[in-house]
Amino acid sequence: MLNLIDTLLQGVMLGGQYALMAVGLSLAFGVMRLVNVAHGDFIVLAAYLALICMTTLGLHPLAALIVVVPVMAIVGYGVQRLLLNRAVGRDIMPALLITFGLSVIIQNGLLEVFSADSRRLDAGGLTAAGLRLGDGLAVGWFPLITFGLAVAVIAGLEALFARSALGRAFRAVSDDQEIVQLMGYDNRHLYALAMALAFAVMAVAGVLFGIGTVFDPAFGPPQLLFAFEAVIIGGMGSLWGTLAGGVILGLAQAIGFRVDPGWGILFGHAVFLLILAVQPRGLIPKTRDA
Amino acid sequence: MARKIGRRRLLQAAAAVGTAGWTTGLFAQSTRTIKIGLVTPRTGPLALFAETDVFVVGQMRKLWAKGLEIGGKAFPVEIVIKDSASNPARAADVAADLILKDKVDLILVSSTPETTNPVADQCELERKPCISTVAPWQPWFFGRGAKPDKGFDWTYHFFWGLEDIIGTFTSMWNSLPTNKVVGGLFPNDGDGNAWGDATLGFPPVLAKAGYQTVDPGRYQNLTADFSAQIQRFRDGRVEILTGVPIPPDFTTFWNQAAQKGFRPKIASVGKALLFPAAVEALGDNGDGLSTEVWWTPNHPFKSTLSGQTARELADSYEAETRKQWTQPLGFAHALFEVAAAALKKAGDVGQAAAIRDAIAATAVDTIVGPVAWGKGPVRNVAKTPLVGGQWRRTAAGAKYRYDLVIVDNSQAPAIPVADTLKPIG
Repeated sequence: MLNLIDTLLQGVMLGGQYALMAVGLSLAFGVMRLVNVAHGDFIVLAAYLALICMTTLGLHPLAALIVVVPVMAIVGYGVQRLLLNRAVGRDIMPALLITFGLSVIIQNGLLEVFSADSRRLDAGGLTAAGLRLGDGLAVGWFPLITFGLAVAVIAGLEALFARSALGRAFRAVSDDQEIVQLMGYDNRHLYALAMALAFAVMAVAGVLFGIGTVFDPAFGPPQLLFAFEAVIIGGMGSLWGTLAGGVILGLAQAIGFRVDPGWGILFGHAVFLLILAVQPRGLIPKTRDA
Repeated sequence: MARKIGRRRLLQAAAAVGTAGWTTGLFAQSTRTIKIGLVTPRTGPLALFAETDVFVVGQMRKLWAKGLEIGGKAFPVEIVIKDSASNPARAADVAADLILKDKVDLILVSSTPETTNPVADQCELERKPCISTVAPWQPWFFGRGAKPDKGFDWTYHFFWGLEDIIGTFTSMWNSLPTNKVVGGLFPNDGDGNAWGDATLGFPPVLAKAGYQTVDPGRYQNLTADFSAQIQRFRDGRVEILTGVPIPPDFTTFWNQAAQKGFRPKIASVGKALLFPAAVEALGDNGDGLSTEVWWTPNHPFKSTLSGQTARELADSYEAETRKQWTQPLGFAHALFEVAAAALKKAGDVGQAAAIRDAIAATAVDTIVGPVAWGKGPVRNVAKTPLVGGQWRRTAAGAKYRYDLVIVDNSQAPAIPVADTLKPIG
């Protein structure tokens, strides 16, 4: 019984991590119908930015967020405004190819600058600290913080989408960009703002990822895979759906690991395929095809 | 004016080319260039293994600038490096390129079975001599489907084997009082399957030595969650941790173990703890972890090519790259020592078979110790010494954060120990 609770708890925590990774991807798809293949690489880039902040400014990795989040947001705005806006349209292939190219460029750029050494953002005792929940049951503070941040980020974004004028504009441009332009909105600026927001969340994900595990320049693509699965399971464009998707993926993997350590990842993929077969649009789909 | 300088430079360049041509003519220079191909994982997750290769190749190019002397003649040497990108399929591809397009005379390859095996297989197929290292010999030999009585025709390997690491680890463990319960962290890859193998790996030997093994099973590399393994280890009251995870996975495991309050007395882990960068990535949690040691600057050996001692080689590496020495440095150097010895022995470098036969008969005292085929466990394998080491946090203000201290030489008494194993924490 204790083992079961431990497994489920661990799965939920893992799910929080996957969800945080996936929110940026979900956001970009929800507003722009754009699949960012370089998503994982930008997350790794954010981790390296935090590493630079730590070594040059002597900041704690969590304090480095103050620098990394705005910098990544500006990068996101620039990437969308200068590059991806030229490719957004009915056909998703051009954007896919551009981001694929970006992925290659980022990986090799990081390799040139930082070499292939594995790095970690050293957060002192935080990564090793655990919260005792009883005999034989413990959960790490760091996964708890990650999960809490994932929920907070998603709740914040949902509120922004539901209540603010900007959120309304995002929803409108997602539904029909031509009509939005008739209403006097600049869709290129809106897209760039949405991407900036997505990159800000990716910055948070990148820093937490870098604290939790070792990373090197080649670590982007595997992260993209889990983020992508979380988005698909949850339903394209829905943020709470992404959290649900992440948690389902995390639970499936945790249960799989408990059955046999070789089966965890496989269980995750199997659940992903199962949901794709039964509910091809995910659990809580928001976007509709025109 | 501008045109004049241009013309003068052109004349100077022409003169330089002329002189160069004339000077090489002074030596009994062979017109035939020896081409050596090197396959190494310069990028990707295995890149730490290949970090010293660029330095060593630079060293060789300098040493052989006037050619490699074979039978009184100086042969120009060209070294072609190919990156496997840590991918076995790509390693096989670049090996085929080296053989078919670059037409190399000899292939050298190092760094884990994921690199050595596909390259050696390709060489066997194309009948090209190949020397490999930095992979325990069992995954290299049995992992390629060889029979001990037959072996391979074209491929030769030097490194230690699982018997050495088992001997070293158990000798380290015997030096401290524990309950003799060992937890195994074996991934689903070449090394993990060899180490965890129920007949040829760790479990049967440990059982004979009075140890009980808790093996949760093979897991995928780059796993995000090790709580299942941690639970099993804690339920089984594991006091000794071993395994052969890749560095990022061990960091994840070790942090999660700390979160969940699992702290073994001894953690002797292969592969993940070889490099200072990987241990530094653990922050202060890396203190007291132990690992296998193939080579250190304290090893009492000398290079047959540069005459440097192990310490001098490490110092020149640190001075040039401003990075702490790593174990593959000695082996990257030794790989070229063995290659040079074999080429000299072969005499007729145009004949692939002559080079192959020379490798089989090579015996050379390299910077990693004596390498000689024919005395190994199987005919294609030559064994090098293995000892055990422990990572110790250095005092504040030291040049590097961690030092690797040799604590066990039960398998290679020629190499001096500096201390005995201390329990973690």
